Amino acid sequence: MQLPSPRGVLSSHLIDVLAGNARLQPSTLGNAVRTAMVSDDPIADEDVQLSLWVLYELHYRGFDGVDDRWEWEPHLLKARRELEECFEAELRRRARPHVTNAAMAEGDLPERLFGLVDDFGGPSITSYLQREATADQFKEMLVHRSIYQLKEADPHSWAIPRLPDLAKVPLVELQYDEYGAGRPERQHAKLFADGLEACGLDREYGAYLDQVPGSTLALSNAMSLFGLHRRLRGAAMGHLAALEATSSLPCRKYVGGVRRLGLPEEVAVYFDEHVEADAVHEQVAARDICGTLVAQEPQLAEDVFFGAAVCLLMDAILAEHLLGCWQGGQSSLRPTTTADEAVA
Amino acid sequence: MTRLPLAGDLGFTVEQTDEIDVRPCAHGPVLVRGATSVRDAEGEDHPVTRPVVAVCACGKSQRGPWCDGTHKVIPRGR
Repeated sequence: MQLPSPRGVLSSHLIDVLAGNARLQPSTLGNAVRTAMVSDDPIADEDVQLSLWVLYELHYRGFDGVDDRWEWEPHLLKARRELEECFEAELRRRARPHVTNAAMAEGDLPERLFGLVDDFGGPSITSYLQREATADQFKEMLVHRSIYQLKEADPHSWAIPRLPDLAKVPLVELQYDEYGAGRPERQHAKLFADGLEACGLDREYGAYLDQVPGSTLALSNAMSLFGLHRRLRGAAMGHLAALEATSSLPCRKYVGGVRRLGLPEEVAVYFDEHVEADAVHEQVAARDICGTLVAQEPQLAEDVFFGAAVCLLMDAILAEHLLGCWQGGQSSLRPTTTADEAVA
Repeated sequence: MTRLPLAGDLGFTVEQTDEIDVRPCAHGPVLVRGATSVRDAEGEDHPVTRPVVAVCACGKSQRGPWCDGTHKVIPRGR
């Protein structure tokens, strides 16, 4: 993947350093981080979210021409941690009412987790995509989703060695299915890439990085935040449970939208696979993974709810953005700019 | 071979073996591990392609024998 175009002072310095165009200046980096952190809304802040995304990507597949050793460079780790503190605080602030309700609800943990999902409310694009969206709008949704879906399942895999055995086994079972159950052509990320390509879109990982807004990057960054911190293993698994629990029925509607618009069959195949798979996964995630994890580590219950609420919050933020743009007759994507224009 | 019924009177069964692990979920499907196929009420065998499958227990799935999440839109206590 190519390094993206910068979106502010911090991402500009970071990308220059990674590209080898500038030497890392700890004071410049530190000042840029502190400036970025005073953002009113870190979730929507373009510079904060792009910088976090780039820093996280060093732990996944990295960038073309960027030395792999940057992954563990202390100044970059310090910058990442400061940005994460600001991001996590905002996520916790927004999730708090949902976490409190779930913590006080009746029932066992899986039941309270499903209750949190059912009671969440908020905007949804599912019915709009099923019944009203144009083909271009449907493809825009695929472009937003490509940021995460092309590494589908990867962020939750970080949690595997961090769980007690009885929760680890069902997580591996679920992830094995995500990765195609032994058939490379059935990997969910691969099915998604096939759908993109059939629509005439770019299937390459990160191809649309420059075109999606900060809030779309935040959706992916929240998963990386949870996955990369052992401290947040409960949130990672709660996130997974909510992701799976909000997939099966919506995916059936997406299939309806694909058929209505006459989009390629490969796109329908991707969503169709998730109707059945996620009807299984939502039970496994809530009961066998989260239920077992919290039975063994009861102090993680609130973080499980926190992770679930964040999944739903980030989906709602994306839905609000898409519907807002589309109702105003606009594209939900950023215009592609050159690096110079983005910094200016 | 003995057939093991999975979900009440819906007629879904699996072959009873030592490998079979069946777990009903409250207000949800039946999770089945270790089966190679699930037979429906008409006697048709549906091959298992996942490490664990969810078999419909509400009778409303449009993809029987597999759960498709429809139970979530049916009021409880029906």
